Amino acid sequence: MTGQDASRAERLQAAFLVAPAVLVLAAVALFPILAAVWLSLHRSILVFGEERFIGVENYAFLLRDTRFLTALGNTAYFTLVAVTVELLLAMPLALLMNRAFPGRGLLRASVLIPWAIPTVVAAKLWAWMYNPDFGLLNQLWPGRDVNWLGTPGLALHAAILVDVWKTTPFVALLLLAGLQGIPQDLYKAARVDGAGPWRVFWRITLPLLSPALLIALLFRTLDAFRVFDAIYVLTEGGPANTTETLSIYAYKTLMRSGNFGYGSTLSVVTFLCVVLLALGYLRLLGRSGVTR
Amino acid sequence: MRSVPTWLLTAALLTFFLGPFVWQVLTSLRPEAELTAPGLPRALTLEAYRSVLGGRPFLHVVLNSLVVATATTISCLAVGASAAFALAKLRFPGRSLLLGAALAVSMFPPIATVSPLYLALRAVGLRDTLGGLVVPYATFALPLTLWLLTSYFRQLPDELYRAARVDGCTPFQAFRRVLLPLVLPGLATTGILVFIFSWNEFLYALTFISSPGKRTIPVAISLFAGEHAEPFAEIAAASILATLPLVVLTVLFQRRIVSGLTAGAVKG
Repeated sequence: MTGQDASRAERLQAAFLVAPAVLVLAAVALFPILAAVWLSLHRSILVFGEERFIGVENYAFLLRDTRFLTALGNTAYFTLVAVTVELLLAMPLALLMNRAFPGRGLLRASVLIPWAIPTVVAAKLWAWMYNPDFGLLNQLWPGRDVNWLGTPGLALHAAILVDVWKTTPFVALLLLAGLQGIPQDLYKAARVDGAGPWRVFWRITLPLLSPALLIALLFRTLDAFRVFDAIYVLTEGGPANTTETLSIYAYKTLMRSGNFGYGSTLSVVTFLCVVLLALGYLRLLGRSGVTR
Repeated sequence: MRSVPTWLLTAALLTFFLGPFVWQVLTSLRPEAELTAPGLPRALTLEAYRSVLGGRPFLHVVLNSLVVATATTISCLAVGASAAFALAKLRFPGRSLLLGAALAVSMFPPIATVSPLYLALRAVGLRDTLGGLVVPYATFALPLTLWLLTSYFRQLPDELYRAARVDGCTPFQAFRRVLLPLVLPGLATTGILVFIFSWNEFLYALTFISSPGKRTIPVAISLFAGEHAEPFAEIAAASILATLPLVVLTVLFQRRIVSGLTAGAVKG
């Protein structure tokens, strides 16, 4: 650039410009994570004003806590099933939105509505449809009075359906962006070579879409793993804790029981799970980036 | 794909994604006595809307959400824009570290920060205030803001910045007078996404706010309780009212939102 002084002045101004963002991220995001780890090493009951250091005792208790193991299992199951179904549904939706046909604009605007509305509203809306007495779903299946949200085994799947409804559009839009990045020449060449639509899909679309697919998978997995809003509104973790996820269990321990020590332990463990998942995906992404 | 007619697939997908929403609109328009009747409503009424807007402090709740979402959007853009400009156009050490850290923060599960933030807000007297929501909202919307705005600033040619410097602008003046006006569309896109995020946030609002008068829309709707039975029509009316601004925003700025969402994700 224009010399040593100018670039030093520029660095100084740069530091000045990024300082607020760095400070905010450090103070309100990074520091609380460290504070949560510190809290998790304490026995801390808010209403009793009790707080003392107990080391890793909370973590030792975690391994014996069957409710924690159930919550971990529920969260993993919710994440795995929801994300898989979302990808399988989003794929045809994205392929459809990528085609020129009358009504494409309507479709694109419509799918954004589930994405835009608050998760709480989405959950309330589905809770009304799941209502065992007057709900739409039981009206459509006359004679079968299913208690969607009150039956263990069924309730978690009902929550998964709400998540699928709410977030499939987002996944589809990510995939659509990926589809639009695939050069049209490749499709023309394939057609000239006489490849059928399925062959084109497996040999061209899917491989070239894999980075977008992986990114959608990463975002959705991390998001589904911290699921809170929908389940809190639908079931609060019931019936019999069969829909209780890690976030719900941690929330109840913190805010209902006022147990900030063990509640923070659950929060920290949720955080660590997310970190592990993210690292796994980033390795996958790195590998797919190398092969391209 | 060819074997399934396009119109059939479109109709099925539209039914799945719009159906529940349409059903909610119909529920909100049903007369109380007809709520339990099966099938389509035989009569429509605005009674539930009248009751939501009249008897309960719902307008107050909408106002709370509006204040929090607007304050979050403004502070997020103010903090984010200058940093994004520096990340895109200036040379300084630690640029990719900052973007990486922002990405990491965007992946934090909110539950992980709830307990310390609760104690910190309580210590500084911000618990149970709308301001106490703006601080964490702006922080957790900042990563998306940084990534999006940095990519918008990067799209502007470097020559613009250099020319402004040659003309005697300091980096900050080049940012304020030359580059910032050019990323206004990007600023708008980012602002819409941040606004929607804050409008919809639930966990912090549920945890940090205890006075009913300070609740935001998602919390108010989740706790909506009647005197006797659950008032389904009123819940439906309240959720339609709360969602309407978002639906209008989404339909109007559909293209922007989609480009922002996918840029934010794909560049990540």
